[in-house]
Amino acid sequence: MNLTLKIYRQDGPNSKGRMETYPVTDISEHMSFLEMLDVLNEQLVNDGKEPVAFDHDCREGICGMCSLYINGEAHGPDRGVTTCQLHMRKFKDGDTIHIEPWRAAAFPIIKDLVVDRSAMDRIMNAGGFVSVNTSGNTQDANAIPIPKVDADKAFDAATCIGCGACVATCKNSSAMLFVGAKVSQLALLPQGQVERTDRVLNMVAQMDEEGFGNCTNTGACEVECPKGISLENIARLNSEFLIASLKAEKK
Amino acid sequence: MSILDSKIPEGPIKEKWTNHKNNINVVNPANKRHIDVIVVGTGLAGGAAAASLAEMGYNVKAFCFQDSPRRAHSIAAQGGINAAKNYQNDGDSTYRLFYDTVKGGDYRAREANVYRLAEVSANIIDQCVAQGVPFARDYGGLLDNRSFGGVLVSRTFYAKGQTGQQLLLGAYSAMSRQIGKGKIEMLNRHEMLDLVLVDGKARGIIARNLITGEIERHSAHAVVLGTGGYGNVFFLSTNAMGSNVTAAWKAHKKGAYFANPCFTQIHPTCIPRSGDYQSKLTLMSESLRNDGRIWVPKKKEDVIAIREGRLRAVDLKEEDRDYYLERRYPAFGNLVPRDVASRAAKERCDAGFGVNETGEAVYLDFAAAIMRYGTEKATVDGIHNASETMIRELGEKVIEAKYGNLFQMYEKITDDDPYKTPMMIYPAVHYTMGGIWVDYNLMTTIPGCYAAGEANFSDHGANRLGASALMQGLADGYFVLPYTIGDYLANEIRTGKISTDLPEFIEAERAVKDRISTLLENKGSKTVDHFHKRLGKIMWDNVGMARNEEGLKKAIAEIKALREEFWKDVFVPGKANGLNPELEKAGRVADFIELGELMALDALSRSESCGGHFRDESRTDEGEALRDDENFAFVSAWEWTGDPSKAALHKEALEFNDIELKQRSYK
Ligand SMILES: Cc1cc2nc3c(=O)[nH]c(=O)nc-3n(C[C@H](O)[C@H](O)[C@H](O)COP(=O)(O)OP(=O)(O)OC[C@H]3O[C@@H](n4cnc5c(N)ncnc54)[C@H](O)[C@@H]3O)c2cc1C
Ligand code: SF4
Ligand code: FES
Repeated sequence: MNLTLKIYRQDGPNSKGRMETYPVTDISEHMSFLEMLDVLNEQLVNDGKEPVAFDHDCREGICGMCSLYINGEAHGPDRGVTTCQLHMRKFKDGDTIHIEPWRAAAFPIIKDLVVDRSAMDRIMNAGGFVSVNTSGNTQDANAIPIPKVDADKAFDAATCIGCGACVATCKNSSAMLFVGAKVSQLALLPQGQVERTDRVLNMVAQMDEEGFGNCTNTGACEVECPKGISLENIARLNSEFLIASLKAEKK
Repeated sequence: MSILDSKIPEGPIKEKWTNHKNNINVVNPANKRHIDVIVVGTGLAGGAAAASLAEMGYNVKAFCFQDSPRRAHSIAAQGGINAAKNYQNDGDSTYRLFYDTVKGGDYRAREANVYRLAEVSANIIDQCVAQGVPFARDYGGLLDNRSFGGVLVSRTFYAKGQTGQQLLLGAYSAMSRQIGKGKIEMLNRHEMLDLVLVDGKARGIIARNLITGEIERHSAHAVVLGTGGYGNVFFLSTNAMGSNVTAAWKAHKKGAYFANPCFTQIHPTCIPRSGDYQSKLTLMSESLRNDGRIWVPKKKEDVIAIREGRLRAVDLKEEDRDYYLERRYPAFGNLVPRDVASRAAKERCDAGFGVNETGEAVYLDFAAAIMRYGTEKATVDGIHNASETMIRELGEKVIEAKYGNLFQMYEKITDDDPYKTPMMIYPAVHYTMGGIWVDYNLMTTIPGCYAAGEANFSDHGANRLGASALMQGLADGYFVLPYTIGDYLANEIRTGKISTDLPEFIEAERAVKDRISTLLENKGSKTVDHFHKRLGKIMWDNVGMARNEEGLKKAIAEIKALREEFWKDVFVPGKANGLNPELEKAGRVADFIELGELMALDALSRSESCGGHFRDESRTDEGEALRDDENFAFVSAWEWTGDPSKAALHKEALEFNDIELKQRSYK
């Protein structure tokens, strides 16, 4: 198929952005979206031009490195996939495709479609862990049985890939789904209990400091999340936060 | 010629590690504060090492080229991690895991290292659970296991098809805690471009800030490389796009010997390639072979009918199917090791039985498992006279719970529904057993430079068993390196901060800058990918699943010519100061080309077959790999001498005192 691409380009962190139009031809429906961009880039380089910069690595939907706002949707029109798993069979011959970076105050643009998501790491540094040293002297893994339902729920929350689509898609640029997923995972497991109160307070404080917005329950994040992280995790984050705040007041 | 000292501790194999830990030097906690360690790579190996070293009190600087340590390629590991816990009570033990690993590696690994790996494996699971890693559990709330290839016990721990993700997020959380405390300085989007030696010791690295393009000098008392494998030398592999050999190769050129470079793992179950535009291949986890049966049609006319779309796989009668692994290897069946399964698939496809248009695909079929699970579930739920449709539905749910994400991945890529029709699979490059040579302490031949995880050559011999890379990465990072490095660092407590203004740093920085300018000013006519694809084709055709003298000699000549052409004719757009992905790729491909030549040379010099290294000239009557223990029971460790084809070979003899050398059999 033949397509028209309208791509956001920006030379560097402090430059002004612009939309550029590029035609691409002979695109196979079996190609992935990023392979289609590879074709464009190969063409640009052959013409002596600078290719379009975009983030990617694993190309199988797990590292969370790829991003892209495609035709107004984070990770594009398909559901339950990342951009790297999106295939061209979701488009038609003659389509015009708009490609933009994630947009959020907490995600400054580095170049073209590449943004800085280190704010998400800083939230994790504030409390997204269990404080246990790697000494090898922990108790036997089967010492504490964990009910399968809890283990499964914790696992589902833990599958968040930290891509930031939830933030990009939210009109408030809220990171509540991302933070809720980690807080839920550890709140559901016995290993997470000791630091349960501090964890949620610290992570939320860092989230606010990074300039992520508040959740107003529109639910767009759940729709665009490639890993199907559910809104239940935001509800749990809210209740964990409330309980923790009350506890903190009492102290 | 220097002698390789593997520093294997004295004593019986069971006591070596304990004795060694008791006898090596340690650094007093107060002194650790004065010691800096650089860790390059934040995968399981590097991430675990960085977190552990920081917990112990060292000042750690960690580097990765992605935008976050959580995105290292370990994240993509699917199927599971081995540990000799014997939770299933099926007779597993440290010895059995040790034995399986040495045998699986076709007797080309160092016994003492493998034993230690098996010994610490159980601790890994304890550690990960304590960190909150949500492994799969059974209804009693205890940890569940599955089986992997090449073994007869169930010792693989897993988290659906996302085990690597969960383990890496565990290591990442341990790192995050130390980053938050300021004990790890994390440098994301930084690429190591050289190792700096001062007075023969590793003292730092030169790194490029990938955002600003700035070339930076970083010093330390020791440098740890946890930079992953080099499967991307084949262009197409299951590795991430950015996986590369550059850090390891720079260390090699500064004096680290490179061991068994030709030992490459071709994984039997990957989604076949679909076109020339293909940028990478996708693995379908080995865990699927627990439940999937592999087959091709028995008759050529059925093959043709399938290829032409006149016959559907599901309609082919049982008796017309050739379950060739079950036929050839009745004891292990579909769970033979990877090298064996891959060669068997190639054999069927070369004989004309491949089931897709390119003739390079076999079936991986879940129909039988779906019905089996469905029947079990119906019985458990007390449903009598369940219809076939109902049984199938119940069975599909069980399969979904086990492998849901893999099935979804398959469906998204191929547009086929693997619940209804068998998957099509074909072998693809997946893992590299070869890597930087290390001694028992994981130190390379450069004092103060260590290598961990897939980047080193240590534990898997000529073929790695499934679910053992994650085990090795975490063993190295959590439980081995943090102790063994103390033996070296104990002598560094009085060294003081290393200045980055030393002439060695200035010189290394200049060399890195020169190379970048050469690439950018070249103004050639071909893209970096053009060269990478050509290299990949030479490697796959001649240094892939089967190798022979003629092909290897041809490959060496062709790679040499390609290298010259690359430096004459490559075109790299953009600037040095700023984000420039083409420039990053160019540097990596230049290193891959040199490595490719060394791999071919290594494969040529090893005229035996062993594990994944299959020489056409050395096979049994039944077509299996034929080892030559008399002449090749050694590790090939190559020393850089200025040109890949002139690398000097050093041999580390392998002694087998605790396991008897046997021709491997899975029949
Ligand atoms: C698709 C897939 C599935 C797999 N499934 C399994 C499985 O189920 N079980 C199993 O045991 N094994 C599995 N493996 C193998 C296993 O995942 C890897 O061998 C292992 O994770 C490697 O870990 P590592 O820490 O050595 O390297 P990696 O995780 O690859 O990390 C490399 C790190 O080095 C950094 N780096 C590299 N070069 C540079 C440089 N020049 N400068 C700065 N940083 C650099 C990267 O940024 C990254 O942080 C699988 C592999 C693949 C590809
Ligand atoms: S919650 Fe979903 S959308 Fe948000 S970072 Fe995690 S995986 Fe991405
Ligand atoms: S590139 Fe890894 S998730 Fe898309």
